[in-house]
Order: sequence, then structure tokens, then C-alpha cells
Amino acid sequence: MWLSNSSIGRKVVMSVTGLALILFLTFHMAMNLVAIFSGDAYNMICEFLGANWYALVATAGLAALVVIHIVYAFWLTMQNRAARGSERYAVSAKPKGVEWASQNMLVLGIIVVLGLALHLFNFWAKMQLPEVLHMLGMHVDTTNVANGVYHIANTFSCPVYSILYLVWLVALWFHLTHGFWSALHTLGWNNKIWFERWRMIGNIYSTIVVLGFAVVVLYYWLCGGAC
Amino acid sequence: MDKNISFTLKVWRQRGPKEKGHFQTIPVKDMPGDTSFLEMLDIVNEELINKGEEPIVFDHDCREGICGMCSLYINGHPHGPATGATTCQIYIRRFNDGDVVTVEPWRSAGFPVIRDLMVDRGAYDKIMQAGGYVSVNTGGIPDANAIPIPKPIADEAMDAAACIGCGACAAACKNGSAMLFVSAKVSQLALLPQGKVEAARRAKAMLAKMDELGFGNCTNTRACEAECPKCISISNIARLNREFIAAKLAD
Repeated sequence: MWLSNSSIGRKVVMSVTGLALILFLTFHMAMNLVAIFSGDAYNMICEFLGANWYALVATAGLAALVVIHIVYAFWLTMQNRAARGSERYAVSAKPKGVEWASQNMLVLGIIVVLGLALHLFNFWAKMQLPEVLHMLGMHVDTTNVANGVYHIANTFSCPVYSILYLVWLVALWFHLTHGFWSALHTLGWNNKIWFERWRMIGNIYSTIVVLGFAVVVLYYWLCGGAC
Repeated sequence: MDKNISFTLKVWRQRGPKEKGHFQTIPVKDMPGDTSFLEMLDIVNEELINKGEEPIVFDHDCREGICGMCSLYINGHPHGPATGATTCQIYIRRFNDGDVVTVEPWRSAGFPVIRDLMVDRGAYDKIMQAGGYVSVNTGGIPDANAIPIPKPIADEAMDAAACIGCGACAAACKNGSAMLFVSAKVSQLALLPQGKVEAARRAKAMLAKMDELGFGNCTNTRACEAECPKCISISNIARLNREFIAAKLAD
């Protein structure tokens, strides 16, 4: 199978899963913004994306994307380290035009995953998970499972969480600025002209996505959601 | 006349592929600024021989930047501090009095050290043998314009063909990937009508050989492009990706 036994194939898997995750982030960000304008509307979305079959199927698909992306990341990194040979350079200088993010994608990715774990603990474990457990016949408290605004306000009233989320978003921004154009380059959709265009589009897109997330954090942290 | 420069040469010594290597520090006194880097090594070697020591082994041939034999990783850069130049085109005037100049061989699993600064770059030849050619006899040189090729395409192919196969791309890459080399060699043929016929087979065969020889996976860091002495563009890598993915989807 060329997606696992050729270097370009493996990169295509990283690229396609990465692009799909960027698409997911875009929808997630758009839904979060609703929480600033109307708490009721946001809770409606939470209800809509609760433990319904379509939401659960989508969640499983999303989890699969994340897992594939991470497994391939470690696999590629191990192969790449082996390809460097046993001796390392005594002196190494960063060449001009090389982005810092591009050489630290794994580290940035690990920070993103740690943030994701915190995020699942803060929200998913209090919203979709109890609802699913309830459906499976367990006794869990389901009063606030669709009350997204309650959980947002709860989490971001704590400055430690807010700062952790902002650090997480900064790492995500660096990860996306390289990931966006790199994904399209790997798919072969690039040339000398489109190179600069994709980089610019990627930078703007990642900035918009990350700012969209950050605004919600800041709003609920600094204004307590009641400006 | 350039002024003379004195510096400390810190050079990698390794007696054989399996031996453990180490750095040797050699003080270099009053080297004229217009000495080329390789001439400087020649002079140092002569002194070492006169003292009864082993000379430093390094690769070199044409000494005018077109053969791709010279390598050397100087102060953290393949082919030294200049852009668009090979090691043989670096002059001592680029360094300052009192500098420590660290010289290492290419370090990549695909390029095992033979001795000192000389590595085995046979891997690139093997990649070429896997498909870097047109396999039909195309006869003598055709008349100019017998096969019309648009100028921008001809330029792209020529730029890709400027690759001298020196190995700086894999040496610079944090992933030890040879994608810039492979993509240039695929592009120089795939862009032209004579090479287009076998483009899909060539891309698959050369990439498979690159993977087999233990080179890494490209992550688009662009270090190769920045360090390439012939300024080969990573747009060639996008072309190789495109050719390869199209070929696999067609299978």
C-alpha cells in the first residue's frame, strides 16, 4: 500500500488528515464564536451535537483522524532520525528562509495534544461523555451536559486554565502556519508562484482560526461572559 | 591583495567507516585571503605530510563548481557560508582572524563516511540508475525547434538540470531526505517531451530507490533549497509529489 510504504504516501496521509483537522478547527471556531453573541444559541448547538448518532459518528471519525495524524507523526520522526545517521553535526546553523515551526512540528504537535487532553477533560468529559454514559444506562448527572455556556464560563473564570488555553493556541498557530502550505505542497499543488500565495493564505487563515478561539477565551476570562 | 588570515581549523578525522571519529584541531597561520578553501586544505595537508602525519582525506575534482565532488559541512552549512556556491568556490577571505572553522563530513545514513571528510555518495548514483534517464535511443541531436518547447518550460527543465548531485540537500536536511535531488532529476526529464513518456515510471522507481536506501521523509522545511549550491527550488519537490501521487492513483 503506497500510503504506508512510500515516503510521499506517508506524507500524503499526514497532509490529508491535517487538512481535514484544519477544516474541523474552522467549524469548531465558528461555533465557539456563537457563545459570544448568544448563550442560548450556543447551547442549542451543544444540544444538536450531543449524543446523537450523527454527532457520535463524526466524533469517532475525528478521533480516527487525530490518531492517524499522531501515529504517522511519530513514525515519520523515527524514520527521519534514523536517516540522519548515528553521528550528529557538532555545529549546525539555521539556513535562511527556514521557518522555526517547520523544524519543530513534532514538539508543537505534542503541545497541541497535551492541550487537547486538557480540553477533553474540561469539556468533552462533562458534556458528550456523560450523555453517552447515560444512554448506556449508567447513573450520571446529566443536568448540564448541553449547557455549553455554563462550562465555558466555569473553565475560563479560572485564569490558570485561560492562560493554558492561550499557550495552547499559540502552539497551534505555529503548527498551522507550517502545516497549511506544507500539506498542499505535499499534495503537489504548488509551484514557484503559488508557494508565496499558499504561505500567505495559510498565515492569514491560521491567524483567523486561532484568533477566533482566543477571543472566546478572553471574553469569558476578562468579562466573565457578561460585558 | 587580500590580507592574510590566521584561524583554528577543527576538522573531523575518522580512519575508516567503522572507526570512531574525533575532531583534530589544527592552527592555520597567515593563510592568504585569496586561497580557496580546498587549496587551504592542500596546504594544511602538505604541512601534515612534512611532519610525518596522515593528511586529511576529502573529495574534490573540477574545483570550479560544476562536478559536485566537493562536499564539506563548514561551520554548520553544507558548502560553507556562501549561497549558490560549492566548497571549492569558497575563499579564505570569507573568514576572520581568530575564527574557529569547523569542518565535518556530510552526516546522513545514506552517505556513510569512508574516511575523514570523504563520504560514499554512491546512493545518488543508485537512485539515478533506478530511472533517471530516457530509455530509448533518441539518435543524434535533433534540429533546433524540431520539437517546439515553450521557453518557460525549457527554463524550468534547465534550472532543475543544474543539480550537480553533490548531496548538500540530504546533508542539510534534518530528516536526511534526498527529495530535492530526486525531484530535480525527475523534473529535468518530466518537463520535456522526450522524458514525459516515462515520467510516471521514473518517479515511482526513483522514489522507491530513495526510500530503500534509507533517506528520510521530506517535511518541507526548505533547508535543502537554502543550502543548495545550485539554488534548486523546492517547487521541484511539489512536481515530484504531483507526478508520484498521479502515478499511484492511476495504478
